[in-house]
Amino acid sequence: MISIIDYKAGNLKSVERALKKLGFPCCITHKNEEILSSQRIIFPGVGAAGQAIEDLRHFGLDKVLRQAFETGKPILGICLGAQIILDKSKENGAQCLGLISGEVKLFPSPLFSEDNERLKIPHMGWNSVHLVREHPVMEGINPADEFYFVHSYYPVPASDKCVIGTTGYGIEFPSIIGHKNLIAMQFHPEKSGTPGLKILKNFCTWNGHYVE
Amino acid sequence: MLSKRIIPCLDVRDGKTTKGIKFKENVDIGDPVEMAGFYYKEGADEIVFYDITASSEKRNIMINVVRRVAEEIFIPFSVGGGIRNIEDMRAVLLAGAEKVSVNTAAVDYPELISEGAKAFGSQCIVLGMDVKKVAPKQSTPSGYEVVTHGGRTFTGIDALAWAKKAEDSGAGEICLNSIDADGAQQGYEIALTSLISGNVNIPVIASGGAGNINHIYDVLKYAEADAALIASIIHYGTYTIRQIKYELHSRGIKVRNTW
Repeated sequence: MISIIDYKAGNLKSVERALKKLGFPCCITHKNEEILSSQRIIFPGVGAAGQAIEDLRHFGLDKVLRQAFETGKPILGICLGAQIILDKSKENGAQCLGLISGEVKLFPSPLFSEDNERLKIPHMGWNSVHLVREHPVMEGINPADEFYFVHSYYPVPASDKCVIGTTGYGIEFPSIIGHKNLIAMQFHPEKSGTPGLKILKNFCTWNGHYVE
Repeated sequence: MLSKRIIPCLDVRDGKTTKGIKFKENVDIGDPVEMAGFYYKEGADEIVFYDITASSEKRNIMINVVRRVAEEIFIPFSVGGGIRNIEDMRAVLLAGAEKVSVNTAAVDYPELISEGAKAFGSQCIVLGMDVKKVAPKQSTPSGYEVVTHGGRTFTGIDALAWAKKAEDSGAGEICLNSIDADGAQQGYEIALTSLISGNVNIPVIASGGAGNINHIYDVLKYAEADAALIASIIHYGTYTIRQIKYELHSRGIKVRNTW
């Protein structure tokens, strides 16, 4: 069983539907024991960091996530779930979970492309990922594959070793980060067509081992 | 680098699409779920459903369509038409849509945008704008006026001011439809699209007027549009999405590679 963590943030059903399509049993839950007894955890989220952290704490899920991380359970963070696993966020000045050391930053403004075109914030739409490290969850993903993003903030791990992939939008920012049994992506694999489903499928069969 | 999005639009009435498609593939031309599945496989970057069901008793049919679409396609899609309040938004989002689009209801009650953004996040809220060119006057200095009811009702609201207000209220995106260009297949309204997109910091989807690939190229290249909405030219089989994206790519527009 795969737990999709429910802390009232975002479109959890789309993750559930994607897993169903792939044939992996899952449940949307905030029950601590249910999460800790599942084989793996998906941690999605949209919205603001401050509110999200508050909601997580309200359900005791901050401790559950830490416990699951420390016991080696494979964890996948998506979008806001790829941000609040760091120490802190510039959004609302929120203190976050600190599973990976680092912080969440806002895109600089104004932002320009290489061709000096003005770039809008949020970064919304399809963009590619440059894989800087191999990771089992990214197996079979090609440089030409694109993924659906919608965000104004992005994760910056303290150690470069935690950066698995980067994406260019005015600046080159970490779009996939990982540490031990935790991998997280700023884009939405559940909304990213075939390559997105491929990542979810990889995650659902990953044993959580990753050599940095 | 971010890709420009190509977004097919399906008009749905009482659970059936109103414009058919002529393809060899075995697609039921009246079924929005099958059409969405087909366009998904063809490389659509997003899909827009516009519910033109007249009677409110039949609104639930659309919710069922949304639910079935969400099980089949794994790209974002939005639903517009008849979204009057927070509860309508919630029903569509819970059924699986990524975004809701508000148009007339936001003109009647502008707080709907901020209330929707607060409840569901800006990324969910699309402002649909129908716009007509008018002589510039005090109330509409940009020379473009927001209209409703397919262009029959003039609101007295300036299009540029409305776009900026929507952005400030928390809209995550604008779908900008030129009533003058809509259905004519003579090209998008470049000046209008450029004016709006150049003056807001949220993405703008250009809508109305696509008749050939040149039109799409022009609006993406010269009007700062972040995405192009297309309908007739794919529904009637003039082009496939694959063809459109490949051609745009060959001409130097960054699009998601799906061919």
